Amino acid sequence: MTATTLDPGDTNAGETTAPVGLPRLLRDTATALDDHIAQHGPLPRSAAGVLIDEVDAAGLRGRGGASFPTATKLRAVAAGRRAVVVANGCEGEPASTKDALLLTRAPHLVLDGLALAAMAVRARQAIVATERVRGDVMDALARAISERAARGIDPVPVRLVGVPPRYLAGEESALVHFLDNGEAKPTNVPPRPFERGVHGRPTLVQNVETLAQIALIARHGAEWFRTLGTESEPGSALFTVSGGVATPGVYEAAFNTRVTALLDAAGGTPAPLSAVLVGGYFGAWVAASRLDGVRLGNESLRDVGAALGCGVVVAMPASVCGLREAARVTRYLAEESAGQCGPCVHGLAAVAAAMDALARGRHDRHTTHLLGRWTGQIAGRGACRHPDGAVRFVRSALEVFADEIAWHEQGRCSATETTRLLPVPSSAVRDGQWR
Amino acid sequence: MHLRLDPITCDGHGVCAELFPERIELDDWGYPIVDASPIPERMLADARRAVFACPVLALKLVEEELAVTARPTGSRR
Repeated sequence: MTATTLDPGDTNAGETTAPVGLPRLLRDTATALDDHIAQHGPLPRSAAGVLIDEVDAAGLRGRGGASFPTATKLRAVAAGRRAVVVANGCEGEPASTKDALLLTRAPHLVLDGLALAAMAVRARQAIVATERVRGDVMDALARAISERAARGIDPVPVRLVGVPPRYLAGEESALVHFLDNGEAKPTNVPPRPFERGVHGRPTLVQNVETLAQIALIARHGAEWFRTLGTESEPGSALFTVSGGVATPGVYEAAFNTRVTALLDAAGGTPAPLSAVLVGGYFGAWVAASRLDGVRLGNESLRDVGAALGCGVVVAMPASVCGLREAARVTRYLAEESAGQCGPCVHGLAAVAAAMDALARGRHDRHTTHLLGRWTGQIAGRGACRHPDGAVRFVRSALEVFADEIAWHEQGRCSATETTRLLPVPSSAVRDGQWR
Repeated sequence: MHLRLDPITCDGHGVCAELFPERIELDDWGYPIVDASPIPERMLADARRAVFACPVLALKLVEEELAVTARPTGSRR
């Protein structure tokens, strides 16, 4: 897995001045605390309200998938008492590796962000959560936490927690439920975690990339943050690029960069593409023919029915059957339902079976009619957004791979190879793992 | 007043849709699709009947829409 930036910019490695261009997050090669301090300077201390105002002025939004304004969440938690802060590094999205990369390569930047957030909301507890099957990530974090504890850097003790490897385990309410000794399954909201979370206390759950951005904003300021991106979508973000590109990996790019420029940065696409999946398995397919001029920002992506989500970009070569790939992922999403809400349990199972029928060419017009009806019935009817995300994925697949569906109906397929491109964790790893 | 369904508690008995078809229909698996728009005075009696008939107490009549979140009070879940 490579990690590169789209525009190397002026890096001035070794100095603690603000980096002028990119990389920002991926500039960090310092896994040891002394190297981290040499590169970034010590943890800055500022009054609680000052940091939140700075994050607000920077226009930082959450990088876990929902793009929620970070300052709004910070203020809501700060208004309560005896808060808990949680660094969310669960990354259940199979096609995303940016959180794991950040945690192994720059754990102190994330932990700085967690410490700053803890000070800003006057938290009594701090937790870092990551998938327990990722031994390398758990080890890197354990090492970094003990280094900091030995020097008394963090305002509150930081606890490392391993979370079951489920797609939904990183969903805010599911993570809070798990941290409260429950199953890693979503709960009904409201109350939302920022109102009543871990131990019933106001709980700030922030994605680890968001926290790392807070650590940089605290040091270099909102104005610096805004020198990349646009007025409405400022800054840079991490993107996991995979599929039909020469050098898959994690790339840092400014918001509003062209999607095609990101693919070029990942070594380009050696073979023609049929589509690009943007935003992960809750995201949407964009036909290759519509990709020109589409940019890495929610305003631009909205025009083609997609959103940034957690920054996953998968290039689908025309030689691989996108319909079969979509059917495989739909089955996975149905299996990853927490099994709590009827429309999600029964609806996604039915949708997955119908997608499978399309992929096998065992369908008729009635099948696509039912898929349209079911996806319409399911959206918005779960306790969490799992059915909504799965439906968005399926609907865009039906649209983008419409020609392929017609081919399959005639017993043909445009694919020339049988490569499985979209990663799906084995069910042996996932089964029964809710606690 | 609005209807609010707890989708985790709901078992899909379907009584609610029989008693209040104006605002509740069933999906293809027998689970209620609830219209959350404000309920006019003349329909409130039917809405209450549907709420009281739910064997698992998954349906509620609430003052506020889900989007308008009040400060936390009372117990969780």
